[in-house]
Formats: sequence, C-alpha cells, structure tokens
Amino acid sequence: MHGARPRRVPGKARHYPTYFSFGALALHLVFIVVPSIMGIYYSLTSWSRYSSDTEFVGLDNYRSVFRSHGAMWQAIKNTVLFTGATMVTKTVIGLMLALLVSRGIRRFSTFHRAVIYLPAVLPMIVVGIVFKSILNPSTGILNGFLDAVGLHSLSSRWLTDTHIALYSIVAVDTWKGVGFIMLLLLAGLESIPREYYEAARIDGANAFDELRLITLPLLKPVLTVVTVLNLLYGLKIFDSVWVLTNGGPGYATETVNTIVFKEFARGHYAVSAALSTVLFVVMTTAGLFLIRAMHRQMDDA
Amino acid sequence: MPDVADRAPVVRRRKPSVRRSVRRGVNHTVAASVSLVMFIPIYLVVVNSLKTDAQARPMGAGLPKELRWDNYHVVIEEGKLAQTFVNSVIYTVFATVLCVLLAMSAAFVLARSRTRLNRLLYLFLVIGIAMPVNYVTLTKVMQATHLVNTQLGMIVLYAAFKLPFAVFVIYAFLHTVPVDIDEAAIIDGCAPRQLFWKIMVPLLRPAWITVGILTFLDLWSEFIMPLYFLSSSDKWPMTLAIYNFFGIYESSWNLVSADVVLTILPVLVVFVFGQRYIKSGLTAGAVKG
Repeated sequence: MHGARPRRVPGKARHYPTYFSFGALALHLVFIVVPSIMGIYYSLTSWSRYSSDTEFVGLDNYRSVFRSHGAMWQAIKNTVLFTGATMVTKTVIGLMLALLVSRGIRRFSTFHRAVIYLPAVLPMIVVGIVFKSILNPSTGILNGFLDAVGLHSLSSRWLTDTHIALYSIVAVDTWKGVGFIMLLLLAGLESIPREYYEAARIDGANAFDELRLITLPLLKPVLTVVTVLNLLYGLKIFDSVWVLTNGGPGYATETVNTIVFKEFARGHYAVSAALSTVLFVVMTTAGLFLIRAMHRQMDDA
Repeated sequence: MPDVADRAPVVRRRKPSVRRSVRRGVNHTVAASVSLVMFIPIYLVVVNSLKTDAQARPMGAGLPKELRWDNYHVVIEEGKLAQTFVNSVIYTVFATVLCVLLAMSAAFVLARSRTRLNRLLYLFLVIGIAMPVNYVTLTKVMQATHLVNTQLGMIVLYAAFKLPFAVFVIYAFLHTVPVDIDEAAIIDGCAPRQLFWKIMVPLLRPAWITVGILTFLDLWSEFIMPLYFLSSSDKWPMTLAIYNFFGIYESSWNLVSADVVLTILPVLVVFVFGQRYIKSGLTAGAVKG
C-alpha cells in the first residue's frame, strides 16, 4: 500500500545482508530451540541427578506422565481446566469492559482503560503475595467484606479448600490479565466503521442485534488472536499457582509447569523433560495457528 | 406553524435522553467499580506499608494511625533491596537493549529482502512466541556455555526469551516505512550498516520505544528464569528476592507491603510515562500491523 514491496531495488541481497539476522537467530537457536529439541531426546532416557549415564528407556517417562490417578495426570487436567476457564473469563469480561469503555461512557474513558490495564504490568509474584492476604480466610478483606454485607455464607477458604482453590487462581489471573485482552479487543472495536451501527439502528436493530450481527462477526479475527494468546498463556501457567498455593492443597492446583519444576528440583530430569515436551508439541502447534491468524489480519489491514 | 415544528424534535429527543442518561449513569458506576477493584491491591500495599506490625496484620483498608516510614528502612536493610534492585536494573536494561538491537537488525533485513530463505528465518524466529522454554534441558545448555548462575547468563536468557515478540512487532512496523527511503539512501551510496544506523534506527523510533517499554515491563516481572538458574542470593532480581522475603516475614504484612511497593515502583513509573506507547505496541501485531 505504501510501496513497501522491496522488489524494485536491484541486487537487494547486497543491501540487506542476511547476516544482520544472525545475532537474533543464534540466541533463539541456542537458548530456546535447542533445549526443546534436546528435551525430546532426553525424555526418552533415564537422565536424572542420580545417574550420570543416560540409558534409552523408550516411552517409559511418558507412561508415568499419563498414568491415571497420579499427580501428573491431575496436573494436566488442572492445566486444561485453568486454560479453558481463563480463556472464557478473560474474553467475555474483556469484551464487556471494551464495550463499556468505548461505547458506554464518554468521560474518563482513557483513565479507566489505564487503570484496568494496570494489573497486567505488575509482577505476578507480587500480585500473588497481595492476593494471599486478601483471600486469607480469617483476616482477609474479601471474607471481611462478604461478612459485612451479610453474605457470610459465601465466605470461604479460598486457597485451601480443594474444590475452590483452582478457581480462586483463575479469578486472580483474570483480574491481572483481563485488561490486556480488553486493550486488544478495544483496538478491534475501534476499527469497525461507525456507519454500520447507524445503518443497523435505522433498520431498527437493538443493542443485542448489533452485538450479534455486527460486532462479533467483525471482531472474529481479533477474537481468534485473543483465544490463541489466552490458550498459550494458560498452558504454561506457573507463577500465579506457585505463589498462591504452591500446587496444593494436595495436588488440587498442580499444573504442568509446577510439576516440571518439582520433578526438576527432585532430580527427575527425564520425567520433567517428557512433561515439557508434551507442552512443547501442543503449544508450538497452537503457535502456528496464531501466526497464520495474525498474518491474515495484517494482510487485511 | 414554526412553533410546533420547533418543539416537536425537542419533545421527541427528551424521552430517550432521560433513559440514556440513566444508562450512562449506570455505566459510569460500573466502570468506576471495576477500576476500584483493579486499584484496591495497590492501595492496600501502600497504606499497609506505613502501619505498625500489629496494625497491618489484617492487611485492612484503613489508614495508618501514624506513618511508619522506618518500615522502608527495615526492608531495604533486611531484604538487601539495594543489591537486588541493582540486579534487576542490570538484567532488564541490558537485556532490553540487547533484545531490541538484535530484533531490529534481524527484522530489518528479513522484512526488506523477502527471499524464500528469509521468510523461513522469520517464521523460525516468531514461532518462538508460542514455544515454551524447556528449563530442564536449558540447564544443560547453560552449563555448556558456562552461564549458569551468572549475571551475563541472565541478560542473554532474558533477551533470547523476548526476541520473537520484538522481531514480530518491528517486522510489522517496517511495512509502514516506505522502501523509497532505502532506495534514495542506497543511490546516495549508503552501505548496509549506515542504512541501518542512520536511516532505519531513527525511522523505527516509535517501534523500538514501544518494544523497549514492553520488554522492560515483562522482564522486570520475570521470576521463573532466576528461580531455575540463579542459586546465589546476591544475584537475585527483586522478584525472586521478594518471594524469599515473603517466605521469611509472612506475618509482617507491613514489611511485605513496603517490599512490594518498592518492587513495583519502577514498573509504575515506566507504565505512567510509557502509556501512549504501550497500547500501540500491544495491538500492533494483533490488530493492525
């Protein structure tokens, strides 16, 4: 569109030498790609802190990962549950907030956008520490607030009740991440021409029709990106769980990456590598979809 | 009858405008409540960081009776905050600069000369956005390169970790920079290196400021890499130090709060001053390009 096609320069390879990209490629290769490939190899061995010689053991490590009733199987289930739940909460609440600050209010919109996004830049470890106090069953302000407004029956042991703990983490994570999703959706909303809504209103459409027939269909590309980003974020979740519950009580909030770290700390390197490899395959596949979706949008723009 | 014609639209407009102003009032209330919920935790740590140990125990929302500034002294001494602050600055600043420079020079040639090989290299880099880090085998790489438990190791790792995103955003931004500028410079006899430093770096300013801010914010929060690869506490960044401090002083919420305030202060400063760059960067890839 801006004449950005670089075809016209003759002998462009000379002016844009590929070696300019070698620094980035080298770091990426050595610290991200090579460990992932090595992980596939070591997941098939008996590598651990206690044996210097690594024998080939086939799929044994994977068998122990997927053995039912174990901590790891529980961790995989929790990770899938966490990912699914945060994908829904962040997208739905994020969309509602985006509509609210772009259409619902006229003044203070910039202020609200900034404040709602603010938690996204705070370190998760700090957020976790603060929420540990807020969610404390006896002294925390959440239960204190519920008691004060007469909802004592709702107050809970947010982080120590096996049935609730994972959802508490989902809530904290949503609190932190929803502003980022809101910003992405806002940019998408702003790219929808206003005339569409005016035309729809003349045709007698109500707010729900507008959402269903204009906003959501036109937001689909952004929603795709948001969905995959949330998926990738959820699957590798670690620090919010680590600081809020440390995987407990029992295995109630254990996730793939908390187990990876615990097995690593115990010296069971090969098992850790097997679990990481499962994550690697799933996420890289999802990533290919993400890049395709993002480029489709860039080409449209 | 001009009288009626004048009045009619006024009457017609008034009815929905009452409903609209009620709805707008509700919307404003909801927006204010959401913002309040987003801000409460920061408010809590600030007020509790100035209370006495006993007063701060419930981590309540009330104001402190007297301002205990000495909590900050205690935290800075006990939590060795000066040291960890310097560590965090070293890791994030150097890694951000390294990451942005490498990403710019890579995105520059890959976006401008889109041969089949270069497209593949670009894809190879940006797929990293989705790739999880394999920390377990990364230890082997870190040992082989003698980077385990070193500050240089952290800088290099941090930079490598954020490279794919940086390349992605700068590559997308390059589409908006007309290639005519390159051509003019090349005709004037610009060598590739000059073209990059004298022409591209200034033109890409909005892109690298944005990427720089986002990378800085992300890396300041980084917790997992130091947890795996830094065993000596004198090399810890603030995030790992506060986690450890929290383990020791779990019941002294005034001290924990003061530590939290000091840890997030740099982030808040960058957030406030980097406002206008943040949104454009975050949405660049996902929405416009």
